[in-house]
Formats: sequence, structure tokens, C-alpha cells
Amino acid sequence: MSINLQALMAQLLVGLINGSFYALLSLGLAVIFGMLNIINFAHGAVYMMGAFCAYFLLNVMGIGYWPALIIAPIVVGIFGMILERTMLQWLAGLDHLYGLLLTFGMALIIQGVFQNYFGSSGLPYAIPAELQGGMNLGFMFLPIYRGWVVICSLIVCLATWFLIERTRLGANLRAATENPTLVRAFGINVPRMITLTYGLGVGLAALAGVLSAPINQVRPLMGADLIIVVFAVVVIGGMGSIMGSIITGFALGIVEGLTKYFYPEASNTVVFVLMVLVLLVKPSGLTGRTT
Amino acid sequence: MRNKASAVLLGAALALAASGAAYAQDKTVKIGVLTDNSGLYADLGGPGSTVAAQMAIEDSGMAAKGWKLDLISADHQNKPDIGTSIARQWIDVEKVDVLMDVLNSGVALAVNNVVKEKNNLMINSGAATSDLTNAQCSPNTVHWTYDTYMLAHSTGQALVKAGGDTWYFLTADYAFGAALERDTTAVVLANGGKVVGTVKHPLNTADFSSFLLQAQASKAKIIGMANAGGDTTNTIKQAAEFGIVSGGQKLAGLLLFISDVHSLGLPVAQGLNLSATFYWDANDQTREFSKRFSERMKTKSKPTMVQAGVYAGLLHYFKALEALGGNPHDGAKVADKMKEIPTDDTLFGKGMIQPNGRAIHPAYLFEVKKPSESKYPWDYYKLIGTTPAEQAFRPLAESTCPLLKK
Repeated sequence: MSINLQALMAQLLVGLINGSFYALLSLGLAVIFGMLNIINFAHGAVYMMGAFCAYFLLNVMGIGYWPALIIAPIVVGIFGMILERTMLQWLAGLDHLYGLLLTFGMALIIQGVFQNYFGSSGLPYAIPAELQGGMNLGFMFLPIYRGWVVICSLIVCLATWFLIERTRLGANLRAATENPTLVRAFGINVPRMITLTYGLGVGLAALAGVLSAPINQVRPLMGADLIIVVFAVVVIGGMGSIMGSIITGFALGIVEGLTKYFYPEASNTVVFVLMVLVLLVKPSGLTGRTT
Repeated sequence: MRNKASAVLLGAALALAASGAAYAQDKTVKIGVLTDNSGLYADLGGPGSTVAAQMAIEDSGMAAKGWKLDLISADHQNKPDIGTSIARQWIDVEKVDVLMDVLNSGVALAVNNVVKEKNNLMINSGAATSDLTNAQCSPNTVHWTYDTYMLAHSTGQALVKAGGDTWYFLTADYAFGAALERDTTAVVLANGGKVVGTVKHPLNTADFSSFLLQAQASKAKIIGMANAGGDTTNTIKQAAEFGIVSGGQKLAGLLLFISDVHSLGLPVAQGLNLSATFYWDANDQTREFSKRFSERMKTKSKPTMVQAGVYAGLLHYFKALEALGGNPHDGAKVADKMKEIPTDDTLFGKGMIQPNGRAIHPAYLFEVKKPSESKYPWDYYKLIGTTPAEQAFRPLAESTCPLLKK
């Protein structure tokens, strides 16, 4: 096969764009797993809720894309915190499997309810006027909106990493995961911190949902299709590793993009092949700590 | 020993004779709607297909004539293995007499074999592959609404004749995509066009940008989308983003349903050509049916041609049962009766079912309206051409169906 350099560059860029979504979603998963020890299978469902939230803000309340970027993650984040308070907190200390099953069940219920009322084919959400159109990069036509997605996701990912790894708040949080009793003795309200962390992780997924609404149809199953890939990303990057999940997210987007060029039929399996290979060689993931 | 054996045989023979005599009065029928209730095709068939079947049961007035009709439905999740195991369970345990809809070509072809093996009946509405009445035809299958041959000839031919002589295909990587690409390629070549490339994408893909870039780079005049449902709407939406249409290439939605157009919205979908055998706003009768249909739907949507096909196909099935005077519980026998009676219903008009199981009726070529042309909700299509029933589907002379070689 002759390799067209221009086409290759274009595929790399497209891969980077998809990687942005993987990075945002796997970051949220890593935060939740790292801090709460919960394998959050409801992540795809809250991603979808973020997109729906943007749709309703626009079509019911007339609130446009830019405020929705802030409002939707907050609304969905609050929803997540309610879930954590009412259900997930009772699973603390139990086997991972319980959290996985509970969140998986919640995901099915949420998706089922949305599908019941809005059908499967989804709702339209237009690209905001400021970001319409595109520019010719010579090797490809880059829609401005896609460029924005990459930048926005990079900023949010790095900010989250900074918050958790480099601030006092993050330090408290990490300490609370290691030894909740001791941290409590210092006068820190650990359960509240955990709830807020879950809210943050869920809010990140909702933000990814808002970002994707103008690109994909706003569909009840949009998250279900994505979540399995994102889990593979987290496993490859190492469960609970913040930076690992960000880097792996972007990297796997690129690998997938290249597969779509060289052997498109395999593009939805390549991530899992990689996952198997990584698990064989390094079971804790590329950057994961062995627990 | 011998006496005992012959006594058993005699008993069995008597039982058989009794059941044979009983069928004339047996007026119980069990109908199973096997469809995608939860996946990407749920809006074009799904719960709406079950509603359509329920409406057919009520509108037929069969209950008043002493028939007892039961309706069940199940979700095959677009997986052939799940589809066939439900079909087997329905036929063996639940005693289902007819399987309706069975959208998704992959599932339909698999269920087609089960139904034939068990001498049951499938009235397929949602699957697209023309193989169901061609190489894979069966005496136990009636294919009602549309197929890839019809789509290729109606939409494909119109586009090639309008100057779209170079094609690039975006194809869903399973039985349906392959059949649609194959049938459309034949039409493109026959009309003097050529196919410059094709890319196969996995079913249920969220991001098409890689594939669209390849299509864009091919410089083909027409990008043929041999996919359906959510795959097609995502392709169209993202093609607009990558400036494909504004760059001079044209998208051909080889299989677009009204649910897809509704979901895209007219600003994105306007100008697309598509083919269908049913449109809710065609005449007073279709409007009346569609009004009652959407009142029953949670999403308030208008019926797709697949859902309309479930309704019409089932009504025709009831006609055959009435003509037989009872339910013989013999799929091939009912299918033969269905082929004997000309089809005539309010939604698809007059037609017939060919010996290979292909129901034929007129096909319509539509263009999606501009937002300014749409006057009321769901006012989406403009009729630009009609193909008569005899020309819309594959001529029997070209068919490779083994049933035709007598």
C-alpha cells in the first residue's frame, strides 16, 4: 500500500481529536477509581446526560453552548453527588465488584429512561456560530470546532492533574484515600470530600458530553458505545493513574486513527488488542502502581 | 411387542389425522415481533414495529370473526446468535406462527434459515439485503418493504443520471452494507459510472472523520453511504463539519429513514435524495394511519416505512389466513396463499408477492425539503419520482432464487 504522507498527517490529527474525548473520560474514571476505589460504569451514562443537558439548556431555556459548558457539568455533577450520597457511599470498603455492578445497573436504568422518552436516533445540536467553518491546513480541512475540542480538553486535563497532584486540596484527597481515619483526625470532612470528588469525575464526563454534542448526534446510547473503549484506555494506562490516563487517552486516539487508515475494519478492536498485549506484559498498566 | 408397536403407530396416525382435521377450525394465531428494541435501529423499527403490529391486529377485525390473536415481541440486540435463539424458542416453545419485522440483514439471514428449517413464516420488513429473495430465498419468507436492489436502482440510478459518475463508498462492515454496496456498484457501472474506492467501517461507529477524510481525498463526485440508522446520521452531520458538501462532493444516503431525517433536522439534511416505499404524508389514508400511530408512540414520531411494512404485511397475512379458513400452522402453506392473493392495502397500494417471496409495490424518490419549505412538523419530503412496482424491484428473470427453477 502506498502511504500518502498528507493523508497520514490528517489521520494523526483526527486521532488526536478522538483522543481528547478518551482522555477526558478516562481522566474522570481514573479520578473516581483512584480516590473512591469505585469502577464507575455509569460514566458513559453521565457523559450522555451532559450532552442531553446541553440540548435542553438550548432548546428549553434558550441557553447557548458557552454557558452550557459550565452549567451542564455542574448539573450532572450534582446528580452524581446525589447518587454517591444515596447509594455508592454504602459500598465503601466492599469488593470492587459491588460498585461495578451498582454503577452498571444505574447506567442501564439511566439509558433506558432516556431511550424511552427520546428514542434511539437522537437529537440535533448545532455547532456554535463562533466555531463554525474550518481552515485549510494544506494536508487537511480542519473544522475549527475540532481544534477547539483538542485545546479545551488538554487544558481541562492538565488542570485536573494539577489540582490532584500539586495542590493542598489534592494532597488531602490522596491522603484520605490512603488512610481516611487519620485524615479525619486532622479535622477534615472525608465523606464530603469523597462526594465532591465523585461529582468532579462525573462533571468531567458531562463536559466531554457537551463537547461532543455538536459533533455526534445527542443519543441515549452515545455513552454506552464509548465507555468500553474508555475502560480499555484506563486499563492500558493503569487504573487510578491520572497522568497515565491522560497520555494513554490521546495516544490510543492516534493509534485508532491510524488503524482507520490502514485497516478500517479493525478500528473498533485495535484498542482491545493493545489492552491484551499490555496486560500480558505489564498487568498493572503502563503507568500503574501495583497495589 | 409387535402388537404394541403397531398400536402406538396407529395411535400416532390417529392423532395426526385428528390434528389435520382440527386445523380448519383452529383460529388461534401467535405473532412475534423480533426487532432491535434498544440499539441504533430502535427508532426505525423497534417498539414502533410492535405498535404497528398491534394496530394491524385491531384494524383487521379478526377478533370479531372468532380469531384469537396473540402478540409478543423481543429484542435481538442486532446479534444474529441472539436472534436465532429467540426464533427457535418462539417456534418450539411459544408456538409462534409468524415472525415480523426482523430488521438488520445479518439477523434476518440467520433467522431466515431457522424459519425455513422449522417450516414457520417470516414476514420481513426491516432488513435491507436483497439476498432474502435472491440467492437465500426461502418458501417461508416474505420480504415486504424494501431491499438493497430497490434502493440502488432508485437512488443510485437517479444520481448517476444527474452527473454523479464517480463514487466512493462508506460501507457498514456486515451483510447489509456489503449487499447495498454490491447492488449500488452494479447500478453505477451499468450506467457508465465508476467506483473509485470504498472503506468499510464497523457497525455503530461514533466518529467518521477518518473515513470522511479518505472519501474527501478520493475526489469522487458522490460519496455513497451504504450504512443506516445512527451510522448514517453521524456521517451526514460530520460530513457537513468537514466541508464535504460545500467542497463540491455530494452525499448519497442510500438508506435513509424518516427517523434519521427527523433526528438530523432539516438544516443539515436538506437536499439529500432518498428512496422509500412509504411516506406518512403521501395521502389521506397514510396520514390517518400515521396520526393514530404517533398518538401511541412515546416519542410521538411518525411511522417509518419499516413500521408501515409490519402493519401492511400482517394485514395481508390475515387475509391469507381467512382465505385458508383457519390456521394450518404451516409456514410455507400460508406463504403460498399470501403469494396467491394480490396485495392491496392503504399504505403501500396495489402490488403482489412474487414466487421468490418479494412483495412489490411502487418506490418513490424523494428530496429532503429546505427548512423554508417545511410547513408543519414532520413535513420533510418532496416527491421527485415514482418507479412502478414491476420496475422497482429485481426482475424475476435476473433472480438466482432456487425456488424459481421448477
